[in-house]
Amino acid sequence: MFRQSIVKQSCRFLATKKQPSIGRYTGKPNPKTGKYTVSFIEGDGVGPEISKSVKAIFSAAKVPIEWESCDVSPIFVNGLTTIPDPAVASINKNLIALKGPLATPIGKGHRSLNLTLRKTFGLFANVRPAKSIEGYKTTYENVNLVLIRENTEGEYSGIEHVVAPGVVQSIKLITQDASERVIRYAFEYARAVDRSKVLVVHKSTIQRLADGLFVDVAKKLSSEYPDIELQTELLDNTVLKTVQHPEAYDDVVVVCPNLYGDILSDLNSGLSAGSLGLTPSANIGHTVSIFEAVHGSAPDIAGQNKANPTALLLSSVMMLNHMGLTEHADKIEKAVLTTIASDAKNRTGDLGGSASTSSFTDAVIERL
Amino acid sequence: MLRQGIAAQKKSFATLAAEQLLPKKYGGRYTVTLIPGDGVGKEVTDSVVKIFENENIPIDWETIDISGLENTENVQRAVESLKRNKVGLKGIWHTPADQTGHGSLNVALRKQLDIFANVALFKSIPGVKTRLNNIDMVIIRENTEGEYSGLEHESVPGVVESLKIMTRAKSERIARFAFDFALKNNRKSVCAVHKANIMKLGDGLFRNTVNEIGANEYPELDVKNIIVDNASMQAVAKPHQFDVLVTPNLYGSILGNIGSALIGGPGLVPGANFGREYAVFEPGSRHVGLDIKGQNVANPTAMILSSTLMLRHLGLNAYADRISKATYDVISEGKSTTRDIGGSASTSEFTNAVIEKLAKL
Repeated sequence: MFRQSIVKQSCRFLATKKQPSIGRYTGKPNPKTGKYTVSFIEGDGVGPEISKSVKAIFSAAKVPIEWESCDVSPIFVNGLTTIPDPAVASINKNLIALKGPLATPIGKGHRSLNLTLRKTFGLFANVRPAKSIEGYKTTYENVNLVLIRENTEGEYSGIEHVVAPGVVQSIKLITQDASERVIRYAFEYARAVDRSKVLVVHKSTIQRLADGLFVDVAKKLSSEYPDIELQTELLDNTVLKTVQHPEAYDDVVVVCPNLYGDILSDLNSGLSAGSLGLTPSANIGHTVSIFEAVHGSAPDIAGQNKANPTALLLSSVMMLNHMGLTEHADKIEKAVLTTIASDAKNRTGDLGGSASTSSFTDAVIERL
Repeated sequence: MLRQGIAAQKKSFATLAAEQLLPKKYGGRYTVTLIPGDGVGKEVTDSVVKIFENENIPIDWETIDISGLENTENVQRAVESLKRNKVGLKGIWHTPADQTGHGSLNVALRKQLDIFANVALFKSIPGVKTRLNNIDMVIIRENTEGEYSGLEHESVPGVVESLKIMTRAKSERIARFAFDFALKNNRKSVCAVHKANIMKLGDGLFRNTVNEIGANEYPELDVKNIIVDNASMQAVAKPHQFDVLVTPNLYGSILGNIGSALIGGPGLVPGANFGREYAVFEPGSRHVGLDIKGQNVANPTAMILSSTLMLRHLGLNAYADRISKATYDVISEGKSTTRDIGGSASTSEFTNAVIEKLAKL
């Protein structure tokens, strides 16, 4: 009885049943098997363990998906960090991928792999929901935040130079085109998930032209979305108010330039879960989309059967919703959330429980 | 000459006002520039003025009452006054978010006086109900470059470049300031906040400079690093791990707002800006409070505590101790607190309660 009420309340955690009209999945199932093919980047560190968990749960839930393993270990081509051709071909063919954590090799001049993936596939919008899980208490309650981050430019343009010894210029690049497509996506997303407001977070008091352009684009677009209210807020105020009153943003889709989005989305995860261990995310492009756990590869616990697969599982739920496999998505989402809510013995160590990766996986499968 | 003297005693120039940098006393009194600023600035600085009057503190105010909306030439009046007096107490100027007017006067003032180090203190106050208690974190923020360079241009229509400038010289001086502050205040560690995984050159320079100076010149302190997005997540979930944070300009603003939310709001955060020659004390969480302007409901605690930092800077420690004790006592008793922290008192009622408390100390 109690469990049922939890199930009811906690369903629609990711609220993406309806899909925005932009970046829709256009893949078709394999006519022979009736199954969709998804590229699977298992990742480094704990990646293989949590990927195994996802695969086990997907096959127990009889999701019509075939996985195609994909190795994205970077190579240098003409001095640029590049993803190997077979991986690019796989993702371009399947149009959709699930991705575990990747470790960027340090000190070898590699551009971040995540950044490389975003650029390779034109993944312009990063969608980051952060919601409190019923039954798992944290410092903050009733957190239900959705943030969309511009994923391709801004402070991450990668354009930097030493103009004189000891003097560095880093260029933040804001363009009308990139601003428009991510803000448009935010409006469409707000419509799809029934949130009444789009909130543009900016710092145009300081970066008057750059953030000013971002805000202007939003204002122009807003006339196309009369059903959605456009609000703008200074980054300082958003940070302050989100931490003080996260519940004030539960009817809002936040959209912002790259760096602010990076910071705010992790802050949101800190509020909803106290860590990145429960946070799913989606990277949306016009044709390809990649769903990923945003936490690190945790090399310190790799191979020890301790890692929490929840973030990757919830990312896979977002992926299923994106593909229109909403029934399977709902089923897995419920099973995961009720497992976490049920008892400390069913939670992994990062949530103060005693479960292993495999015992948690078994508990989820039991609930399916 | 003066600068050489400072360089020689490097470890003390930043945090403690060296004797030669203190303003002159005339007839045993200091003159201090008072800039109320916009929003609730007038009300909260009035509160300080009233308390100082009641305590007979030997300070004369030189009030520069201009608004952030006025033209940039007016900021010269504030700059000149501060150059004369060397010490100021300031509210926040409002900067409109549209592109019609000029840039931030707050930034202009800081740049012109080269008050490069912003110090904000985030310490839980007994009596203020918050989700997490016993927070004690200091953010030292570079105030004059980084994302606030103001260098932007539109290369072609629809393409804007905004320059973030990081220099070794300014990274070094803010690092030394932070380490000095940590030593003087018996802190254990200094943690550099950065995004060097993405801005490898700019933030890399900042992070490496802090690391080098810490390792070479301050072996007694722990030097740590954290990436800004992780810092933000950790700050809301487990803020107790943080001691002194040193940050480039923008990250200081973000973490400062988290800190402020954690301890109960911008009305409780004292702060100051220090340069080689000038010190301007202003609330550590820079919110103008336009929405509650003139309603006599603002919490003046941030400004009062900032003024006690100023008194200590001037060597008037006894006054500072009395005023901060009275302020903390009134808050912990909870009878006359302002509405931002759950009370119902007005700004002036809170101020009067502090004054009554002072009479009994």
